[in-house]
Amino acid sequence: MDQTRTTPGQTGQVAQQPIQIDMRLLAKSLRRPRSAFSFFMNGVVGLMTIIALVPLFSVIFMLLLRGGARLSLSVFTELPPSAFELGGGFGNAIAGTLVIVGIAALISVPFGIISGVFLAEVAPGSRLAHAVRMCAKLLTGFPSILAGVFAYGAVVLLTGGFSAVAGGIALSILMLPTVTLTAEEAIRMVPSKIREAAIGMGATRVQTVWMVLLPTAFPGVLTGIMLAVARAAGETAPLLFTALFSNYWLGSGGLDLMQPTASLAVLIYNFSAMPFENQVELAWAAALVLVLMVLTVNLIGQSLSRTRVD
Amino acid sequence: MPELGADPARKSDPVTRAPTAIEKYGNAIFTAANYLFAWLTVLLVLYIVYTIASTAVPAIGKYGWGFVSGTKWDPNTREFGVLPEIWGTLYSSLLALVIGTLFGVAVAVFLSEHFLATIVFSVLKVFGVQFHSFWGNLPDRLESLLKNLVELLAAIPSVVYGLWGIYFIIPFIRPMCQWLNVKLGWIPLFSTTLSGPGMLPAGIVLSVMIMPTIAAISLNSLLAVPPKLRQAAYGLGATRWETILAVTLPTASKGIFGAVILAFGRALGETMALAMLVGNSNVISWSLFSPGNTLAALLANNFAEAGPGEIGVLMFAALILLSITLLVNVIGAFVLERASGQKGMQ
Repeated sequence: MDQTRTTPGQTGQVAQQPIQIDMRLLAKSLRRPRSAFSFFMNGVVGLMTIIALVPLFSVIFMLLLRGGARLSLSVFTELPPSAFELGGGFGNAIAGTLVIVGIAALISVPFGIISGVFLAEVAPGSRLAHAVRMCAKLLTGFPSILAGVFAYGAVVLLTGGFSAVAGGIALSILMLPTVTLTAEEAIRMVPSKIREAAIGMGATRVQTVWMVLLPTAFPGVLTGIMLAVARAAGETAPLLFTALFSNYWLGSGGLDLMQPTASLAVLIYNFSAMPFENQVELAWAAALVLVLMVLTVNLIGQSLSRTRVD
Repeated sequence: MPELGADPARKSDPVTRAPTAIEKYGNAIFTAANYLFAWLTVLLVLYIVYTIASTAVPAIGKYGWGFVSGTKWDPNTREFGVLPEIWGTLYSSLLALVIGTLFGVAVAVFLSEHFLATIVFSVLKVFGVQFHSFWGNLPDRLESLLKNLVELLAAIPSVVYGLWGIYFIIPFIRPMCQWLNVKLGWIPLFSTTLSGPGMLPAGIVLSVMIMPTIAAISLNSLLAVPPKLRQAAYGLGATRWETILAVTLPTASKGIFGAVILAFGRALGETMALAMLVGNSNVISWSLFSPGNTLAALLANNFAEAGPGEIGVLMFAALILLSITLLVNVIGAFVLERASGQKGMQ
């Protein structure tokens, strides 16, 4: 602060002469508190960014170290072990996760895309559209466990038992807002010229939407679906008391979707607190598989939207 | 040769024919379906609230306010109270918010000031390859890689974070916590020992989970600060950090505040990491190392084995959680909307 004060002072004293500035005062020097503070804060922020990324690398390292050690072909094909049993795997949990997420996608994708079309195309400025957007945003911040509570009240209590369908319905509530809002965004991104050309040629709204808008917006819509699927696959809380867990294959008594179903996420939760080393190792291996699945779907979804933007 | 579609009277003309009846009805049905699904989205939210509330009604009538102020949870004596859970939910979320905001805003500043690109550029300059066709792109590439890595933190499932918390964070911070308890035990924050699960590990893991949200939204609002303001501050002779602290951050503060509130809403509703790390005991304590419980963890642990009488009580707890998170989320969305509205006006 002091050099900013002294410079006008100097010019005041030697008003008649050309202004002389001590160039050394303008040079950046770490001896000056202002520059030193700036330099120090650069370091602090850099350090905090590095620390913020430590958990990511630590999680990946632990997954590879502890999960990778246990990973083999048998964990994909065998059933979860009971308390003192050795070996085993989580094949039924992988199948269960795929089935539950599949049910959720079957419900939420058509629902979300049609609502997205409504928001972007049918009545974008209407009061209903504002209400839908607000509801979708509310659902985005909706705690995942409450989706489970809802599915428990609406499905489990009605059908009288835990089932894959109940789990799928719980997950579909979490997927719906992502699919709706990204579909709306993607359809809006279609250049208005394309839309107007279709309407100008006499296409009906159905034809415009199905033959022009949705194919053009497809990568964006797919990104939304992929991100929603990736999120849903990793969710545990809504499945705890809707799909519950099962130690058997989904199809062991005929392919029945109305019975308790295993999932990777719930398996990790159940096994993580067990006092048996074998189960804990399996939990790590399942976590590695789950993270690989989620990240793959996530990265594919993101790369789709990136090619669209470029 | 007559042009195709020149005669509108010819119905069979493939180019300029009028829409067929099927297409007209299809159009009407499609539009109706659009309205139907739009209404269904709104009705779904109302139905969710209705389902939870209506199942909770018997318990609300039976326990009333005593449920909110009660501190015991015992299905055998039918005593239910969620004060420790409400306390634990707010305590763990605020703890996570403090840590998450510090790091999230730091990451956002680091990215918005292009520190990494600057450093990489000056390193490349030393080798004289800063405009090379491959090396010249490196600063931008590394920067977007860093951004993706931060986003990747949000993609990891919460149950995996819980597992990581049990087997990495708790053993890692335990010696430090014991030392703090022995040396500074007279401070209420350090008054108990960390015997495994507790508020601090739960808060740390929670902060890792909400940090990407804060970083992403803060970064957007920092990048939306008009460059003129920054340039004017530099022109007046301000250093980089005088500019950041006095100009950039205050201008972006509304967006950052909205990000913090949204992250708070997410932290309140987060379940798995807390159910695994918080210890699940009905304790109200100021101590960072004491075990506790949260509303979401209570639901996660008790719902699957709940008897018919306990369901209503749990639904009551879910209703309380729903009202808290809805309130916080609505405030956050409102703040963010106002922040982006103001930016549009500038």
